[in-house]
Amino acid sequence: MAHEPLTVMAQLSVSATTKAHLAKRQRVDRWVRRILFLAAALSVLVTVAIVYILLSESIQFFRQVPLLSFLTDRQWTPLFSDAHFGILPLLSATLVVAAIALLVAVPGGTLVAIYLSEFAPVKVRDTTKPVLELLGAIPTVVYGYFALLFVTPLLQKLMPELPGFNLLAPGLVMGVMIIPYISSISEDAMRAVPRQLREASYAMGATRLQTASRVVFPTAFSGIAAAYILGMSRAIGETMVVAIAAGLQPNFTMNPLEPAATMTAYIVQVSMGDVPHGSIAYQTIFAVGLTLFSITLLFNALGLLLRKRIREVY
Amino acid sequence: MARLRARSRRGPAQSHNPMPEAAISEALARRKRRDGWFALAGLLIMLAAVLTLVLLLAQLLVDGLPRLSLEFFVEFPSRFPQRAGIYSAWIGTLLVMLVTAFVAVPLGVAAGLYLEEYARRNWLTDLIEINVSNLAGVPSIIYGLLALGLFVNRFSLGQSIAAAGLTLALLIIPVVIVATREAIRAVPRNMREAAYAMGTTQWQMVAHHVLPYSTGSILTGIIIGLSRAIGETAPVITIGALTFIAFLPEAPIGGEFPYINFNWLDAPFTLLPIQIFNWLSRPQTEFHANAAAAALVLIALTLCMNATAIYLRYRYRRRVQW
Amino acid sequence: MAAISHIDPKEALAVKARVEQLSFYYGDAQALNRVSLDLAERRITALIGASGCGKSTFLRCFNRLHDLYPESRYEGQILLKPDDINIISKAVDPLEVRLRIGMVFQKPNPFPKTIFENVAYGLKVRGVRDRHFIEERVEGALRQASLWAETRDRLQDSAMTLSGGQQQRLCIARALAPQPELLLLDEPTSALDPIATANIEELLSELKEQVTILIVTHNMQQAARVSDFTAFMHLGELVEFGDTDTVFTTPRQKKTEDYITGRYG
Repeated sequence: MAHEPLTVMAQLSVSATTKAHLAKRQRVDRWVRRILFLAAALSVLVTVAIVYILLSESIQFFRQVPLLSFLTDRQWTPLFSDAHFGILPLLSATLVVAAIALLVAVPGGTLVAIYLSEFAPVKVRDTTKPVLELLGAIPTVVYGYFALLFVTPLLQKLMPELPGFNLLAPGLVMGVMIIPYISSISEDAMRAVPRQLREASYAMGATRLQTASRVVFPTAFSGIAAAYILGMSRAIGETMVVAIAAGLQPNFTMNPLEPAATMTAYIVQVSMGDVPHGSIAYQTIFAVGLTLFSITLLFNALGLLLRKRIREVY
Repeated sequence: MARLRARSRRGPAQSHNPMPEAAISEALARRKRRDGWFALAGLLIMLAAVLTLVLLLAQLLVDGLPRLSLEFFVEFPSRFPQRAGIYSAWIGTLLVMLVTAFVAVPLGVAAGLYLEEYARRNWLTDLIEINVSNLAGVPSIIYGLLALGLFVNRFSLGQSIAAAGLTLALLIIPVVIVATREAIRAVPRNMREAAYAMGTTQWQMVAHHVLPYSTGSILTGIIIGLSRAIGETAPVITIGALTFIAFLPEAPIGGEFPYINFNWLDAPFTLLPIQIFNWLSRPQTEFHANAAAAALVLIALTLCMNATAIYLRYRYRRRVQW
Repeated sequence: MAAISHIDPKEALAVKARVEQLSFYYGDAQALNRVSLDLAERRITALIGASGCGKSTFLRCFNRLHDLYPESRYEGQILLKPDDINIISKAVDPLEVRLRIGMVFQKPNPFPKTIFENVAYGLKVRGVRDRHFIEERVEGALRQASLWAETRDRLQDSAMTLSGGQQQRLCIARALAPQPELLLLDEPTSALDPIATANIEELLSELKEQVTILIVTHNMQQAARVSDFTAFMHLGELVEFGDTDTVFTTPRQKKTEDYITGRYG
C-alpha cells in the first residue's frame, strides 16, 4: 500500500504556530511555577519574621534583666518604680487556666470523639458535627463575655466569696471552647484505625464499648495524645477569654479562685495603654511573647510529630 | 458434621465452656447495658456542648437585644452608653476584612497549589509543610506582636487598617493553604491525566481543570478562614487599635475621578470585637448591654459565614461525583 | 528470545512508529524489558496479555504519561515517523509528543464541562482562536466518533449528562479533534456494556482509514475482531507479534497459544 507523501506532510500536525504557542505556554508555566513557589516560601518568611521580631526586642530586654531573675523572680511589676521582672506569676496563671480547660476538654473531647466515631448513627453525626463546628467558630471575645457575665455570676451563687475576676470561670469556658478542637483531631485519629481491626474485635463478640476502649482507643492513642497536646497549646495561647474574665493583675498563685493575669492577658494589658516604642514596658511584652511562643512551639512540634506518626503507620 | 450436631445437642451446660449459659447471657446483657450507658454519656456531653451554645446565645439576647436598633448601627461610640453605637466598628471590620481577603486569598491559594500540585518531595518542601502546620498553631497574639514589631514600627504602617488587614491575613493564610490543598486533592487523578494527555502544560491543567473543579471547596475554606479573622481580637489589640474612634475612614469609592482611593488604608480604625472588648472592660455595667448587642451582630456575622461555608460544602459534594 | 517484531517489508505498509529495545522502570522495578515492534500506519495494532503484563505501561510510554510521576525511567527508542523523532528521549518535550499523539483512557473521563468544550479542548490548548475553524473541527470529530447525531442539538449540555458509551465516544472525539497522528486506546471498552462496546469497535474500524491506532485490550475476541496486528506481552516482554490472523490461528510461541486458548490469564 502506497501512502501519498502529501498526506504525511499534512499529518505533521505540530505546525510552526503550534510550536510557537507551545513555547509561549511553557514560558507562562515556568513563571507561574516560580510565583506559586514564592507564595509558599513566603510562609517560611513569616516564621522567620516572628522569630526575628521576638528575639530582637527580647534581647534588648534581657540586656537589662538577667535571664535568671526573669525565670525565678516571684513578682512581675514592670511598671512600678520597684520593678520586678519574674515570669512566674504570669506562667502560673497561664498553667492554672490551661489545666482547668484541659480537665473539661480532654474527657469531653475524647467522649465526643469516641461517640461520633464509634457509636453515633450517621444522621446524628451529620447534624451534630456542624453544631460542634459552630461552637469552635464563635469569636473568643464572646466567650470572654460569657465567662465574665454568665459563668462567674453562676459560680458566685455556689461560692459567694468568688471574686468577679478569677481563673476558674475562663478555664471552664475555654474548656468547652476547645472540646470541638480536641474531638475533631481525635476523631480523625480513630477513623484512621483500619476497619479490619474493628471487625476482628466484633468477630470475637466484643461490644462497641469494648471495641472502642480496647482496640480503637489504644491503636489511635498517639493521634489522640496529639489532640490533647495541641489542645494544651491552644489553651496556653488563648487570649481574650482570660484577658476579659481572669483579670489583668499579675498574681503568683495556683488557686483557681483568685484573679491573676496570664501571659497573654499581660500582653493585652500593656497594649491597651500607650506604651512608647523602645521602653522597657514595650520590650517586656516581646519577652513574654517569646516565652509563650517557645512553649507553644514545643507543644505543637510534639503534637504534629505524634499526628504524623499515626498517619505513617496506616 | 454429624459430630458437630451431636455436640450441640448435648447443650452448653455439659460442654467445656467454663461459664454456664445463664452467666453468659447475664454478662452479655451487662456489656450491652454498658454500651448503652456510654452512648448516652456521649450524647449528653454533646448536648451539654450544644446547651452551652444555647445558653450563650440566650444570655446575649437577654442582655443585648434591647440595645439592638437601627441607630445602634449608625451611631459612633460615645461616653454615654445609651447613645453609643457600632458605626465605626462595623465599617472598620468591613474594610479590614477587605484587606485581609485581598492578601490572604491569593497568597494562601497559591501556596496551597504549589504544595499540593507542584512541589517535588525534597527537604525544602518538607520544611515549608512543617512550617505551615506550625504557623497554624501559633497563638494569635504572637501574630499581634509580629505586626507591632514589623508593620507598625519597622514598616511605619502605624495603627492603620492596612496593618490590621495584613496581620489578620498572615493569621489565616495557613487555614486557606490547608483548605486549598484538601480541595484540590479531591480532584481525581484521571482528570489530570486526561488533561495532560491533551498536551496541556501543568499550569493549563491547573487553570482549566483543578481550580474550576475545586472552587466550591476552596471557597468554603476561604469563608471559614475569614470568619475566623472577623472574630479575632488579640492580634489587633497589640497593634494598638483599642482607641476611641468616632469617625469613618475616607470612603474607598466615590468622590472625584478615578473614584477609587486608598487613603482609607492608612486610617485609624476600630473593629467589632475590639469595640466589644472595649465596652466589656468599662467599669460601668451599662456598657455591657452594648457589648452584648455588638456580640450578637458579630455572632450573626460569623454564623452566617459558617452556614454559607457548610451549605457550599454540602452542595458542592452533591454536585460533583467523579 | 527474539520475537519477530518488525513488519515484513513485503507487506508494503508504511511504518508509523518503530519501537526499539524499549525498557521502562518505575524506580527500581522494571516494567518493560527490551520491547521492539513496529506500528503500521493506518492500521490497528492490539496489545494483549494478562493483567500486569505491562501492556498499559507500554501504551503510556507513547505519550510520556509516565513523566508525570517521579522516578520513572525509559531506555531504548520509540521513533515516530516520518521525522524519526525519538519520543522518549529526554531532549524531546513530552508536551510536543502529546500534541501529536492522542489518548483514550480505560474509564470514560470527559471533563465536567460542556460537550462542545470537551471536544474543542485540544484546539484551545494549541492556542487556536478561530471560532469558525473550531466549530468545524468539533463537528468533524463528533462525526468521526459517530456522536454527532446524538449531540448536535445539545452541544452546550454538560458532558456528564451523556451515557457511559457516549462519554467514551466523546473522549475519542476529544482526542481526534486536533487530528493526532497516532491514537492510543487503553482498554477503552472495559467499563462499557456490550452494545456500547460494539459501537466503539465499529467506530475503530472506520477510524483506521484516517489514523494509526494502538489499542490495549484484555479481551482477546476484541483484539481478533478489530485489529490488523497483535502483540502478545507477558511479564514485561513482548512474546509474539504479527498479523492478527496468524497470531490467533497459528501462534509461534507456546505461551501465546496457552493464553489465547484460555489455559491461563
